[in-house]
Amino acid sequence: MFRAVFRLSATGARSLARSRPCYSAPLASRCYSHGKVETDEEFDARWVTYFSKPDIDAWELRKGMNTLIGYDLVPEAKILDSALRACRRLNDMASAIRILEAVKDKAGPHKDIYPYLIQELKPTLAELGISTPEELGIDRL
Amino acid sequence: MLRLTAERMGSLLARRAAMPLATSSARMASHGHEVATTVDMSKPLYYDRKDTPLPDRAYKDVLDTADKGLKQKEKGPWGQLSKEEKIALYRIMFCQTYAEMKQPSDEWKTVMGGIFILLGLTGLIVWWQSIYVYPERPRTFDEEWKAKQLKRMLDMRINPVEGFSAKWDYEKGQWK
Repeated sequence: MFRAVFRLSATGARSLARSRPCYSAPLASRCYSHGKVETDEEFDARWVTYFSKPDIDAWELRKGMNTLIGYDLVPEAKILDSALRACRRLNDMASAIRILEAVKDKAGPHKDIYPYLIQELKPTLAELGISTPEELGIDRL
Repeated sequence: MLRLTAERMGSLLARRAAMPLATSSARMASHGHEVATTVDMSKPLYYDRKDTPLPDRAYKDVLDTADKGLKQKEKGPWGQLSKEEKIALYRIMFCQTYAEMKQPSDEWKTVMGGIFILLGLTGLIVWWQSIYVYPERPRTFDEEWKAKQLKRMLDMRINPVEGFSAKWDYEKGQWK
């Protein structure tokens, strides 16, 4: 969903490739690839499932997070919620804070994305007892 | 005895020359970078990267008793941790925060300064060279000589159709 923001940005040729074509064809086949295109919802669902694994281990959390941050998009709140809960299962508070920092950095010049995400994640943050980097004062030097 | 001291000097110089090659990433201390010692690349590494938020291992892997106690407390509800404890847990796992990673450095000043110094040195060398190395200026470059040369070329009708003499107006005695 936040990929809409990146459609017009100079960076991320990949995001341009994923943008909707000018004609509205309901089927998955587009003019630029043979394969089926994953929708935004499918992408989000896949990642939520990945982090929701009950016995997720630390490596899988790291790998998942690093891969997700590597994509040209800001992850949805529900994916981050799932990731933060995975941190809780792994008893890793520091990684939870790091994830929030990474997501803020990912938004780049779009300053309104991060506050929106924090607002969406507020219930989860309150439930798990995670402080945001701003509350801890580590977002400043 | 002289031979022995010469050998020792040689080995000392060799060791000093090998030092910067052996150590990885050594930077000027004034830039604020850390000087690293040799790193064991066969073990999981720690690194601060904006595009890789969770590195292969925690920053501090040897924990003292206070840190160990904190880690135990981390297993319980996180709401019970104070702000300082949360920051301490963060600092155990990570070296720099994103804000610290994004700090600009003064390296560009060194780079630009180095470029200008070397350009200046090159300029000085070229100048010295033009005075002391170049041979005498040939007389064919004198204005008088060049004027006579030009007249001769026009008299010979060099390239009269489309080139040189075609541009000279012979009736009026001037360039077209």
